[in-house]
Amino acid sequence: MMRQAIATGSSARRTLSGAARVLLALKLDGPLTFGLGLTAAYGLLVLFSASGGNLRMLIGTVLRLALGIAVMLALARLSPNLLRRASPWLYGLGILLLLAVAAVGHVHLGAKRWLELGPVQFQPSELLKIAVPMMCAWYLHERALPPRWRDLAVLGAIILVPVALVAKEPDLGTAALIAAAGAVVIFLSGLRARVVIALLLLALAAFGLGLRFMHGYQRARLLTFLDPQAHPLSSGYHIIQSQIAVGSGGMFGKGWMAGSQARLDFLPERTTDFIFAVVGEEFGLLGLAVLLLLYTFVIGRSLYLAMQCPDTFSRLLGGAIAVTFFIYAFINAGMVTGLVPVVGVPLPLVSYGGSSIVTELSGFGILMSLFSHRKLMG
Amino acid sequence: MSPVRIKDNWREQRIFVRRVWFVTALMVIAAIAVFARLYYLQVLRQHYYEDLSVANGVRTVPIPAARGLIVDRNGQIMASNRPTFELQLTPDEVPDLRGSLQRLAKLALVRESDIPELIRAIKSQLSFDPVPIRVQLSESQVARFAVHRFEFPGINISPQQSRWYPLKNLGVFAIGYVGPISASELAHINQAAYAGTALIGKSGIEAQYEHVLHGTNGYRQVLVNALGREVRRPGVLARQLHEKPPVPGDDVIVSLDLKIQRLAEKLLKGQDGAVVALNPWNGNVIALASSPTFNPNLFARGISEKQYLALVNNPDNPLFDRALRSQLPIGSTIKPAIALGALTEGVLNPTKRIYAGSDWHLPGSDHMFHNYKHEVCGRIGLNMAIIMSCDVYFYQVAYKMGIERLGAWLPNFGFGKPTGIDIPGEQSGLVPTPAWMAKHYPHGYGWYPGDTVILGIGQGTFLATPLQLAHYAGILATRGLSYRPRLATGLRNPLTHKIHWKRPVLDGNLTMISRSSWQVVIKAMHGVTTNPRGTAYWDMINATYPIAAKTGTAQLTREEANGDYNLKATPTKLRDDSWFIAFAPLYKPRIAIAVLVEHAGAGARAAGPIAMKILNAYLLGPNGKLLPATPRARYSMPRDITPRVTAGVDPTLTATERAAQP
Repeated sequence: MMRQAIATGSSARRTLSGAARVLLALKLDGPLTFGLGLTAAYGLLVLFSASGGNLRMLIGTVLRLALGIAVMLALARLSPNLLRRASPWLYGLGILLLLAVAAVGHVHLGAKRWLELGPVQFQPSELLKIAVPMMCAWYLHERALPPRWRDLAVLGAIILVPVALVAKEPDLGTAALIAAAGAVVIFLSGLRARVVIALLLLALAAFGLGLRFMHGYQRARLLTFLDPQAHPLSSGYHIIQSQIAVGSGGMFGKGWMAGSQARLDFLPERTTDFIFAVVGEEFGLLGLAVLLLLYTFVIGRSLYLAMQCPDTFSRLLGGAIAVTFFIYAFINAGMVTGLVPVVGVPLPLVSYGGSSIVTELSGFGILMSLFSHRKLMG
Repeated sequence: MSPVRIKDNWREQRIFVRRVWFVTALMVIAAIAVFARLYYLQVLRQHYYEDLSVANGVRTVPIPAARGLIVDRNGQIMASNRPTFELQLTPDEVPDLRGSLQRLAKLALVRESDIPELIRAIKSQLSFDPVPIRVQLSESQVARFAVHRFEFPGINISPQQSRWYPLKNLGVFAIGYVGPISASELAHINQAAYAGTALIGKSGIEAQYEHVLHGTNGYRQVLVNALGREVRRPGVLARQLHEKPPVPGDDVIVSLDLKIQRLAEKLLKGQDGAVVALNPWNGNVIALASSPTFNPNLFARGISEKQYLALVNNPDNPLFDRALRSQLPIGSTIKPAIALGALTEGVLNPTKRIYAGSDWHLPGSDHMFHNYKHEVCGRIGLNMAIIMSCDVYFYQVAYKMGIERLGAWLPNFGFGKPTGIDIPGEQSGLVPTPAWMAKHYPHGYGWYPGDTVILGIGQGTFLATPLQLAHYAGILATRGLSYRPRLATGLRNPLTHKIHWKRPVLDGNLTMISRSSWQVVIKAMHGVTTNPRGTAYWDMINATYPIAAKTGTAQLTREEANGDYNLKATPTKLRDDSWFIAFAPLYKPRIAIAVLVEHAGAGARAAGPIAMKILNAYLLGPNGKLLPATPRARYSMPRDITPRVTAGVDPTLTATERAAQP
């Protein structure tokens, strides 16, 4: 009996350490990988239902996940020093690609966002979501912190050039997210509180001004957010239908594949931007709580990893990746439930399509590289 | 010049950690906000959103209830339902719309000239909902389409429920008809209850018992997607779908005896007139005929403008229900009522003989009131006055009684007020009084004694309907019982076949008239048919059972009132209306009848023979013998159904009434 128990215990320990050895060799963080894996699996389950049992969509997403994991593995193996030195080049490449989009981009749904590379369509703005915080962290890495006014001016330029290009596409949502990623880096670097407040006020004023220059549909989205019932069948439709889907799910949901809002096409964009509502309708508050807990775990672990990093670049970039991930999740959830205006932000790791899954996993790949190579840093 | 700043990694690390905690706090707040919002949506307002979600995806399709049947006392169906067929086109499934319609036109299923209008109508509909392109297909049209069915993808024949009156014109004024729901009717009905119902009762029993016949519509829920298209295989979503079967409407059993009804309509054919026959002991209408008639199927089917105009512009006005709505002077048929009133009031001694010449004038006036055709009655009492229908005698009776007492007495016999029959549209007739005259002719000449005099023979402004006259004959038959005429005797549940019998209504009992008064008047009415000088003697000469009757000849022109009248020389529309009332058998009456034939001359001439044939048909068996008095119809009301007595009416039967009971 005793021997058996010892044998079982030791074998369990051996298995664990075996897995740990594999993760170590791959430069991956165990808990984070585990959290990401669970979230992605949950996402596949939801997507299958949201797409009405569409196997092609499911396989497409699995392929994208595989691609994302490959990129994540590759990035995790790179040394943070290399990443840091590559930052300006990556940033420069991103700017060039944005200019290319403006010149020869592919128009889809009235917006010029895509570059066609043979059969693959590619959104350069996705690249900037990583490249901008990298560039900011790279810039701040060598400077004494907290940043001074001159640093702020340079950082402002680093952020605003791509933001302006993306906003011109027009893709206001992504532009805002890129700006937010850069701003997070600056905030984490220790910018003084009063400057932060001043900048926030400035941003608010700029927003007010920007409202005048917005496209009609952009302004409509904002106004619709304020009063969705004014246009129940046109611009308010998304918000109303998604809230009906979420609300009708109740505590426990209508069951997998049994959400009428999603199955009967009342819920628009149900596999992409509004997939959060499908979770709410079919799995209820409980299902959403599970998803939110998974996100919390992923973000918490990411912040922990960032705090362990010894150098400025790693810390700032790692922190930015974690916080950006939160912003995506929050904006998507807020949009679906009517807390924030409708902006085209996918639900991280769950929404179908685009390059977002690859971008997100790349970010975590970088984060793991920063963490797992920390002892090598001087 | 700012001091040179040295990079301090430990300090930066501390700042970073502080900032991360700060951001974490912000994130927790944001997460709480999201969670609170979710709690609000999914827990606090779950039912609200659940209702919205159901309203989104579930469409309720009404299932119309089968309308109740209308059957006569023998169970013969007078109104039923039958499927009709319409051609439906589903735009989505038709590859070549114009071509298909043109090929249908070649088969004469749509009109070539209608095609542009049809295409416009089809284009304005949802492309996946069937559009009716031709309703009410005949059987040959259905067959013609069926042969070419394969050439028309997306075009189908769909059955629809429609009302069908198998006996066509027979009893149309009693049964009524249904038609499409009009805008004004829509405002008065419960629209939710009528979702899916196309036809509504327009007249007769169909209108009066609409609430009974209609039944309760059911519904079936189907899933629809955001485009409104039905989801054929709803899978797990089907569990939220409900279905409620319709409850068919009750059948209405009417008291009509179709044998008598058919005979009455046949006898009236080609003339303008009406026949109302009823059972005086409960008010059950045996026959209710008006001539000419029309075919109610025209309306149920959706009448064409041409057909409708033909009915409306017909000078004989076939849509007009003469039995309930024709208000006319009734001539001498009023005399038994005048006599009973005068006897009860004590102004008339029945045995006192007076001389009645060919005319009479009011004391102090030289205006002459003539007898019919200037006859001389001679020295007669009340008995002969009724038998001969002596106008000069009744001028004096009316004059003695005075208009106030006449105006109070005539309503006792149901005049001047609706009888309350259970179908809509009844007219109330008119008992003129000085008060009425002053009200309606304020600048006229007022009430003259002459008006009172001619009221004594049912002329002047006095008006009554054939139904009122039959009701009056019933009161005479029962020696004073005024039962409310009615058609519906029972409601039959179509599933259980259980019958709910409706109680007859006793509206009055003329207990103040003495037994001897009844004896005198009814004996005289019998004399009308048996005394060789009786006005109906020749009509009833072959009767094998005793009959009480009274003729009436309502004069329509001035020359007549002067007694200068030649039937053949008078234009048809100005000729006398022929009236006849009767009840039989005399001492145990089972049927009371009123017959009107417009512009047909004397009552005995046109109306009398009709009454005789109907009485015979109702009372005699095939062997020519009087039938037993027990009920012989399938749906005769059980004997234990007691009448409902209107407040203030004495329900106890007098000895006379009891003696008259069959």
